[in-house]
Amino acid sequence: MKLPITWLKDYVDIDDLDLEALAKVMTMVGLEVEEIRLVGLPMPSGEKHEFKYTGFSWPKDKFIVAQVDEVMPHPNADRLVLCRLHDGEEEIIVLTGAPNLYEYKGKGALEKPLKVAYAREGSTLYDGHQPGRKLTTLKRMKIRGVESFSMICSEKELGISDAHEGVIILDEDAPTGMPLVDYMGDAVFDVDTLPNMVRDASVLGMAREIAAATGKELKHPNDVFEMTGPSIEGKAAIEIKDPELNPRFVLGLIDGIQIQPSPYWVRRRLNLAGMRPINCIVDATNYVMLELGEPLHAFDYDILLERAGSGTPTIITLTAKDGEKLTTLDGVEHALDSEMELVTDTAGPLSLAGIMGGEESEVNSNTKSVLLEGASWNFINIRKTVSKLKINSEAAYRFSRGVHPALAELGVRLCLKRMHEWGGGRVAKGLIDNYPAPPEDPVVELSATWVNNNLGTAISPQEIAEILGSLEFECKVEGDIITAKTPPHRLEIHTGIIGRADLLEEISRIYGFDKIPSQRLNQPLPPQQVNPYLGMEENLKDLLVNLGLQELIAYRMTSPEREARRFPPDFEVPDQQYVEIQNPITVERRAMRRSILSSMLEILEYNSSLSQRLALFEIGPVFHPVEGQQLPEERMMLSIGMTGLREMPSWQGGEPENLDFYDLKGVVEGMMQGLHIAGVRYQASEHPSFHPGKTAKILIGDWEIGVMGEVHPLVKANYEMEEAPVYAAEIELKPLLEAGSILFDVEAVPTYPFVLEDLAVVVNESVTAAEVEAVMHKGGGDYLAKVQLFDIYRGKQLGEGNKSLAFSLTYNAPDHTLTDKEVSKRRNKIIHLLDEELGAKLRS
Amino acid sequence: MADKEAALKNLEKIKADALAVLEDIANQESLEAWRVSHLGRSSPVMGVFSSMGTLDKDLRPLMGKAANEVRQALETAFEEKRQLMEAQALKKALETEQLDVTLPGRPIAHGRLHPLTQVLRRITRIFGDMGFQVYPSPEVETDDYNFTYLNMPPYHPARDMWDTFYTKTEGVLLRTHTSPGQIRVMRDRAPEPIRAILPGATMRYEQLSARSEIEFAQVEVLVIGENVTFAELKGTLEDFARRLFGEDARTRLRPSHFPFTEPSAEMDVGCFVCGGEGCPVCKETGWLEILGCGMVHPVVLEYGGYDPEKFSGFAAGMGIDRSTLMRYRIDDIRHFRNNDIRFLRQF
Ligand SMILES: [Zn+2]
Repeated sequence: MKLPITWLKDYVDIDDLDLEALAKVMTMVGLEVEEIRLVGLPMPSGEKHEFKYTGFSWPKDKFIVAQVDEVMPHPNADRLVLCRLHDGEEEIIVLTGAPNLYEYKGKGALEKPLKVAYAREGSTLYDGHQPGRKLTTLKRMKIRGVESFSMICSEKELGISDAHEGVIILDEDAPTGMPLVDYMGDAVFDVDTLPNMVRDASVLGMAREIAAATGKELKHPNDVFEMTGPSIEGKAAIEIKDPELNPRFVLGLIDGIQIQPSPYWVRRRLNLAGMRPINCIVDATNYVMLELGEPLHAFDYDILLERAGSGTPTIITLTAKDGEKLTTLDGVEHALDSEMELVTDTAGPLSLAGIMGGEESEVNSNTKSVLLEGASWNFINIRKTVSKLKINSEAAYRFSRGVHPALAELGVRLCLKRMHEWGGGRVAKGLIDNYPAPPEDPVVELSATWVNNNLGTAISPQEIAEILGSLEFECKVEGDIITAKTPPHRLEIHTGIIGRADLLEEISRIYGFDKIPSQRLNQPLPPQQVNPYLGMEENLKDLLVNLGLQELIAYRMTSPEREARRFPPDFEVPDQQYVEIQNPITVERRAMRRSILSSMLEILEYNSSLSQRLALFEIGPVFHPVEGQQLPEERMMLSIGMTGLREMPSWQGGEPENLDFYDLKGVVEGMMQGLHIAGVRYQASEHPSFHPGKTAKILIGDWEIGVMGEVHPLVKANYEMEEAPVYAAEIELKPLLEAGSILFDVEAVPTYPFVLEDLAVVVNESVTAAEVEAVMHKGGGDYLAKVQLFDIYRGKQLGEGNKSLAFSLTYNAPDHTLTDKEVSKRRNKIIHLLDEELGAKLRS
Repeated sequence: MADKEAALKNLEKIKADALAVLEDIANQESLEAWRVSHLGRSSPVMGVFSSMGTLDKDLRPLMGKAANEVRQALETAFEEKRQLMEAQALKKALETEQLDVTLPGRPIAHGRLHPLTQVLRRITRIFGDMGFQVYPSPEVETDDYNFTYLNMPPYHPARDMWDTFYTKTEGVLLRTHTSPGQIRVMRDRAPEPIRAILPGATMRYEQLSARSEIEFAQVEVLVIGENVTFAELKGTLEDFARRLFGEDARTRLRPSHFPFTEPSAEMDVGCFVCGGEGCPVCKETGWLEILGCGMVHPVVLEYGGYDPEKFSGFAAGMGIDRSTLMRYRIDDIRHFRNNDIRFLRQF
């Protein structure tokens, strides 16, 4: 809410606080000030400000309340006038083009001088002729042959509103010669009102908080006035069908009112508070809503009379009929349902209760009598209607958060008083007040000990009562016990333990969070949970980073079409269930991902042209709906993606090669080794996303945990990627981390020398290196410590369909130096077994 | 005797000739050639040894000794020359071999943790030191856990604070905050005391822009015990802020509203961009909002399985993306999930 601080001063004396200090007080009670817009008032002194200031100030020697004594025609221009103006010091001729002065042109000396806001030469103010708010400085110049150096200001030029059709005509009692800032200088605080503080979406509400926080007195608005008209009795009636939805309905009546603009100070306040002034009737309802927080609605009484035919206008509140239509005063026709509360009369709907009036019974320029509604509505019902009809208003904002019914009556009286002051007429004696469901204002009992035990403070029972009293709780203190009755302007205080928590918030907030001491946790350490999984996941991330991979965090939201790109175009995508989003921001992100490989491919695509080498991983969930279960399974997955150059090119030249399958495998092996997973196997495999000849499934024992390989060229073609082949792996995390071990065997570092020898064997192409290695280990027994493949060769002399695999074998015994004899015995056995089991021959 | 004299003289000559040649040698090849011709098998001095048989028996020992001395002298001279030449060569090499040390090093292909992971780890470590343990919790949640159990029954005004993605399954949504995890931990641990942190992804219905994201990371902090105070909330979070933002970090607690805590507060930290002077990052206030917190609401305690008459607690929730964004003055929040490699590599 936008709070003009001159208005605030009506209810609390804040003269000892500068804007900065006031904003701080407000922020520290929960009224966060987001911006301070200066509309005349000077910037507070001091170098450091904790708030954002906009707008500008009106120096006392530049901006003055002045009076125009005569409006004269311009000799050379019809659309300009010359004003004989007195600024309290001297008489000046001021040039202006304001249309609202034309009517005084050539009338000679004015009987009642016009009071205006006058800016002297050298003043800096907003340029009225430019869009937006741009500062400009008044300089001496000639306009159509007449010298001009100062200005009579419009609202736009002073920053009050965007209006600059005419100049401001101040109220008659404005004192000529007074610095303008002293007369109406202001600052507007943009206050973010918390959802549970709708009581503070009003000037009085905020004043109450400030008064409580500063120990000042709250001055309630004066609602005393004389109702001079005939009694309201018999002029109208109220019928409430459901008190649950409409606990109170109050009506007041004023007749003979003159539809006219409100006094200038009222219009200025409304403008500053962000509401457009309309006329004295509408302005009075808006003014009281802003002042008190009670939205009001004015009906044209004569229209209601007409609608009632010969009867008494009777207001009936009830829920709509399904399909019933109502056009609100913003011109929108709404289709209603049976949950929506309406204000109707015997002829039909008048307004959408608590939200917006209907077009038909609206106050208009011919209105002479006003029937004024002040009511109270069920906030949940209003919320539902607002969300269903996608409609909003200042009234709905407040009623959908809960306005105390006590305010309905006060609001109507205050508003009638203001209508009378600003538009004349007679206020009918009395009100019609139908109050079937008064709320019970909760009484909360709490002990000072409980308060201090929860806050960690030592506040006395008396001080607690004082704090609550400053917020208008009625308090009684008996020993340690405080009994507090909730004041009749708030609905969010409960009873019992919740009520105590509610009051704890009030006490701590007003006492001041900064006065509550800081303390380290003084609680027993809870039983420690064992969660190896989290530690392992962290370990895995470190491992992958150490293997040269960059971590990603991808969007969870995607679409089935996006994910289908991970398959070749002709592939029949299986019909998979997604967690689908009812209200996605775009169809592109309308479901939770099922495939982490898809995310990886998309990110590889995004980065494809940005780096010559990409090596990435992501650990995150995929979402699989489960039949008969409300929540989906969130399965943790690991993806790895690699493409581009093996090494980053450098000035040292040499053509770096592209990454290949074995780079990916190196990473996967490094990861398995780092996790101390034994028994990992890689088996040639097929997968729709991968190249049929360059794909392996990854197994731990017989448990298939993932797949890796070269991304299928047809899949790659679905993404916009550079030429180099793309390698990827997709691995389920849970089995990986379960197979990993934090307790593993460490082999003794050999103390006896090892024997190294090379062995090259010729085998058929169908024999894998892994098979040869396995046989070697079988033949070599314990003494064969290590087998490492170092060369693969294919050539004519080996014969068609054969290849040569060259291994380096390391023999070693833990307890003695191996003899030649021992080694050759093993070697012979290896050679024999290779021949016998794989048909392998030694390469000569 | 003449033989002896001649032979000794010959030896002397051999030595003198060889040393004279050695003196002038200036490169490795000549030195090696010298070694072959003056100490090799067919060198003059070796010739003396091989012709020893033709000498008188009496002369042999004497000549042998003399020849040996010559050979040793030549070997010593050779060794000295070799060392001298090596030293000279090294000296020359050191003088001439100069790298351009400003040339870039060979690029090493490296990876890094995602910036959000890095920040999250710092946060979990700090709380870990204070005895907090990490709990996982689901990202797709029920309406009950996300709202109702957190004291926001259907149509509660506070539900407006979160723009929610609903799924097509009745009562299931994408969690808008990590707070539903509070209930899950409580239901898991009641009636034991709790010190937990719950990190994770959260989702909110926003229009994607440089300033607003639909997915972001949060951390939830929860303490439950028999006499947990607001003072402890303050002390714990102040310690946390100092450890995360530095010893000099100023903090303040400001009243706020969350339906699941009461009293509720927001913690601001002195702007680390401008040092509190005011800048666009802190919207000229000198303060940056880093977390929301408060005493756990009795309704929430009850839903979690704790008797609010007996137990109390505090909770805090903090957005990782936003604070990381501010910390590194990142211009666009979407960088975190677009995973532009040029962005990620900088962390
Ligand atoms: Zn700053």
